Amino acid sequence: MFALSFMRYAFWASTFIAVVAGAVGVFVVARNLSFLTHTLSEIGFAGAAFAVFMGWSALSGMLLFTMASSVMVGQMSTEESRREAVISATSALFIGLGILFLSLSSQTASSATSILFGSVVGISRGEVFQLGGLSCVVVAALGLLYRRLKFSSFDPVGARVNGVGERGVAVIFLLIVALSVSVAAQIVGSLLIFILLTLPAASAKAFTTGVAKMMGLAILFALAGAWTGLYLGYLTNWPVSFFIAVIEVAIYLTALAYHHSQVD
Amino acid sequence: MALAYGDHEIISDLSFELNRGDFLIVIGENGVGKTTLVRALFNQLKPRAGEITFAPGTRLGYVPQFRNLARDYPLSVRDFVALNLPLTLWPWPRRKERAAVDHILAETDLTRLADRPLGLASGGEKQRAYLAQALVVTPQLLVLDESTASLDNEVKYDLLDLVEKFRQAGVTVMFITHDWDLAQRYGTRYLHLTPGGYSTGPIADLPASPKGEE
Ligand SMILES: Nc1ncnc2c1ncn2[C@@H]1O[C@H](COP(=O)(O)OP(=O)(O)OP(=O)(O)O)[C@@H](O)[C@H]1O
Ligand SMILES: [Mg+2]
Repeated sequence: MFALSFMRYAFWASTFIAVVAGAVGVFVVARNLSFLTHTLSEIGFAGAAFAVFMGWSALSGMLLFTMASSVMVGQMSTEESRREAVISATSALFIGLGILFLSLSSQTASSATSILFGSVVGISRGEVFQLGGLSCVVVAALGLLYRRLKFSSFDPVGARVNGVGERGVAVIFLLIVALSVSVAAQIVGSLLIFILLTLPAASAKAFTTGVAKMMGLAILFALAGAWTGLYLGYLTNWPVSFFIAVIEVAIYLTALAYHHSQVD
Repeated sequence: MALAYGDHEIISDLSFELNRGDFLIVIGENGVGKTTLVRALFNQLKPRAGEITFAPGTRLGYVPQFRNLARDYPLSVRDFVALNLPLTLWPWPRRKERAAVDHILAETDLTRLADRPLGLASGGEKQRAYLAQALVVTPQLLVLDESTASLDNEVKYDLLDLVEKFRQAGVTVMFITHDWDLAQRYGTRYLHLTPGGYSTGPIADLPASPKGEE
């Protein structure tokens, strides 16, 4: 299958995405931000629609919209209780804009579905490098922020009294999530992003007790889904996203079963 | 000093002093402002009037009142304690840092539990882990906010004996509680907050129960 250049590109792209989504996902799950990732993917869709309207690349539109909305959410809510409402309001605004731009732009239907559901075939060499670059930025940011992020994600109460700059960390993390969503949307599509950002990490939590180990396992689970999905998609011509979703759900159910067998 | 949330004044005109090696009991009814006082000490609330001064370079450790960890909380006791290591940009723990964490785990009698998930620990074990985490910064002042509220007597006194051990090693302790027996047993000084006032002094002057005050 690697004789085809677009399959090679798809392989590299999905590798980058799995690494980023697995690593970031551990903090998304710890911070109870799964809902936000789902919303960000919708916002990303709106951004892509905006980009189509402007004649830009879908990625740049997604980056613009997801990052802008992350900053808005981060500024408006550090209180957990208020967060969901703020996220809903923000997403309503951006999705409305997305629908508007989609209807205004001329080449609607096909580009919209490729944004929503992802498309392996569409990835070019240049985009692979772009994804690789963005992934490096995400990984580097995670590395530098690791201790703060770990503290404020896994013990917000302790982090607050020990002077971890809460809002700063929260906003930077949301930007990292926005970047990851935009990266992941390229291949799994914006509808399925939250799968890669949440399920591998939630599964990893059942198997180990350290943050670094959780990140490693989550990356492994994400890679397993992405690579197998790509291969099965190649064999059957069915959508890759479908296979990724099924595999990640299967891993998650296994993890839950394992966790219960350990605890009870 | 005076403390307030917006217009809502919680503590007016409080003044007290804490010396090295004290075991200060802060006691008072629910809602009288004990946690608020702690928030001020930790710089999370600016006093409306007055100020709080520490000896230069004083490091503070805090064991908070609420923490609600779920049963599936994933981190091990060791990793939870290690969260409070210095927040450097270098992600991995250095050898010295790992040794420091192991040392504190041993001091708080947690070595045996170090690799178990904290979510599965008992209430007393959790409190010990919280204490250990606060001790990672080797604080000179250790503040515990009702750390014993949900514990059985035996476990409670075990925890306090542990705290007392650190006090004798030179850590100043500020212990917030509703428990008058415990105050008498471990305290050296007290700060009794009442709605609209307070009293403070050596523990011998603290009445044996809240009723004894009138
Ligand atoms: N963020 C806040 N904004 C406004 N009022 C607050 C805030 N936090 C606490 N209060 C009020 O301040 C008062 C003192 O609260 P505090 O938590 O300090 O009491 P406490 O003495 O610690 O009580 P407990 O024994 O129940 O822990 C209460 O009346 C509470 O309602
Ligand atoms: Mg309190």
